[in-house]
Amino acid sequence: MTEKYNMPDERGHFGPYGGMFVAETLIPPIQELNAAYQQYLNDPEFIAELDADLQHYVGRPSPLYHAERWSRELGGAQIYLKREDLNHTGAHKINNTIGQALLAKRMGKTRIIAETGAGQHGVATATVAARLGLECVVYMGAVDVARQSLNVYRMKLLGAKVVAVESGSKTLKDALNEALRDWVTNVDNTFYIIGTVAGPHPYPAMVRDFQAIIGREARQQCLDQAGRLPDALVACVGGGSNAIGLFYPFIDDRSVKMIGVEAAGDGIETGRHSAPLCAGRPGVLHGNRTYLMEDDDGEIIETHSISAGLDYPGVGPEHAWLKDTGRAQYVNITDNEALEGFHSLTRMEGIIPALESSHAMAYTMKLAPTMSKDDIIIACLSGRGDKDMQTMAQREGIAL
Amino acid sequence: MSRLAATFEQLSKTGRKALIPFVSAGDPRPDFTLPLMHAMVEAGADVIELGVPFSDPMADGPVIQRASERALAHKMSLRRTLALALEFRRTNQHTPVVLMGYVNPIEAMGYEDFANAAQRAEIDGVLTVDLPPEEAEECAALLKARDIDPIFLLAPNSSEERIKKMDAVGSGYLYYVSLKGVTGAGHLDIADVEAKLNQIRANTRLPVAIGFGVKDAQTAKTIAHLGDGAVIGSALISKIEANLDDPERAKNEIVELLKAMREAMDS
Repeated sequence: MTEKYNMPDERGHFGPYGGMFVAETLIPPIQELNAAYQQYLNDPEFIAELDADLQHYVGRPSPLYHAERWSRELGGAQIYLKREDLNHTGAHKINNTIGQALLAKRMGKTRIIAETGAGQHGVATATVAARLGLECVVYMGAVDVARQSLNVYRMKLLGAKVVAVESGSKTLKDALNEALRDWVTNVDNTFYIIGTVAGPHPYPAMVRDFQAIIGREARQQCLDQAGRLPDALVACVGGGSNAIGLFYPFIDDRSVKMIGVEAAGDGIETGRHSAPLCAGRPGVLHGNRTYLMEDDDGEIIETHSISAGLDYPGVGPEHAWLKDTGRAQYVNITDNEALEGFHSLTRMEGIIPALESSHAMAYTMKLAPTMSKDDIIIACLSGRGDKDMQTMAQREGIAL
Repeated sequence: MSRLAATFEQLSKTGRKALIPFVSAGDPRPDFTLPLMHAMVEAGADVIELGVPFSDPMADGPVIQRASERALAHKMSLRRTLALALEFRRTNQHTPVVLMGYVNPIEAMGYEDFANAAQRAEIDGVLTVDLPPEEAEECAALLKARDIDPIFLLAPNSSEERIKKMDAVGSGYLYYVSLKGVTGAGHLDIADVEAKLNQIRANTRLPVAIGFGVKDAQTAKTIAHLGDGAVIGSALISKIEANLDDPERAKNEIVELLKAMREAMDS
């Protein structure tokens, strides 16, 4: 592959993955969205407004922090953390919601809907909706509502209506189903802000483009600080938006390894995990073809992860493509390993990572010692751990 | 001539409209569906849409989603739905059976294996909700090669260009989803449906069945006469759901509702 990477094609295909697998009622709004996106993608005014918001409202650029003590302790590669946890609302999710909300405003939509797992995307959506004065409804699986109650409260404070979804497994995938139903019903005035690089075309490409600021900044920051490109990138993958955001600007830098970390839950061998790229197979869900967790009959099976944000049976179609082509590599980390990563970073660097990001941290702990002291890893610290205090305390038997 | 084409031609000759019930295969139990299919034919059904249960039925409302969940709890699957259809065909050679569901179970089986299995089960049409023409090329070609009609949806917001596209790729009939929303939702605006049907008629010669929101005999009559047939789904499945302790009563209530619809549509 010497040609410049140029995916997806105009109908949203990444090789056999991606596409527009939706019911007819959703075709017109998706076409309308795609037309608007193509129009504003290269519109100087739109880009200027987005950039200004990212700088003054989100607080970008986020730092690339050389975790010297942690690197020394692990005794291998130099670890740099891309600090998406320092963004307004505490995660990378707002990079995308700011962009989509500006698009919604230009399209004249007055109502915003979103799905959320850990609640970070819901909070980031409720935040931009509050700022723009748009009505906001967030769908969240009832199981996630219970385990991420702090974020539910934040969304409500921001003026969003949070709908607890009781169908299916009551997690992220069911929230997505419900949001799609809402969109089908209210297509005229409603903009659906999908939080990850999944869904029908143009979402996977559009969300990637909004999140690619992570990798663009990290690439330049690494050149500025270390004088060269990194050797490896590490990021957690649920739907995969922070990972694709970090990876995308490096795709043509062939020397840079890209490693996505899926949630192995109780362990891949137990079947209780959320690792479709490592242990699933291709199928169609939520508007695109990608790797899925499914049974032999093609029914989607329940997933498990300690982190609500990774608890999803699919993954962005571009990750499926990067896996098949070998450009990126996908590994997995169990709940227990993620907790080790959580504690290690917290104690060594004074940074409390989100449980999702802790998967990337845990893999970084495995990878760094296998590399030389001159090597560089950039690990995406996609969100902060404040939202997980309840889960952690409960798991460790501590009453708050 | 396909069984669907023959059915619509026969109806057209006699000035009647198609009564098309939809039920989820295996709801509430796998052994309930076969006798129900025969009973629905006796009650006046012209075509049966047989829902293939899927874990994530994104275009359906809560009623059909729960039907899917009940069926899946009994391990109903695409394979078993095909077996059920074949069983039905052993004693009924004239009523077309259309499979309606989502693409993932078909992907899991493989398009070609599915097309072969559907042919063996003497399936007449396949409506895959989340497989629009843009993505349907391969699957539709395999079905057509086996004389199985790929059936496509049209929606209130479908453009004239879209209607022409469906006319080109679809066969058997077109299914007009009469409201924006999921199955079992809201109430219908008849004037809107009428206006849209005029536009659809101007662009296709395929029969048009109308569904979504058809709950009673009067609506069935009105709707059916705007097109070539009425599809009734959630209203029937609600009867199953209301009588989970007594499936026989559910069957009787479904038969009564279909008879009333048949009578209203023919009057």
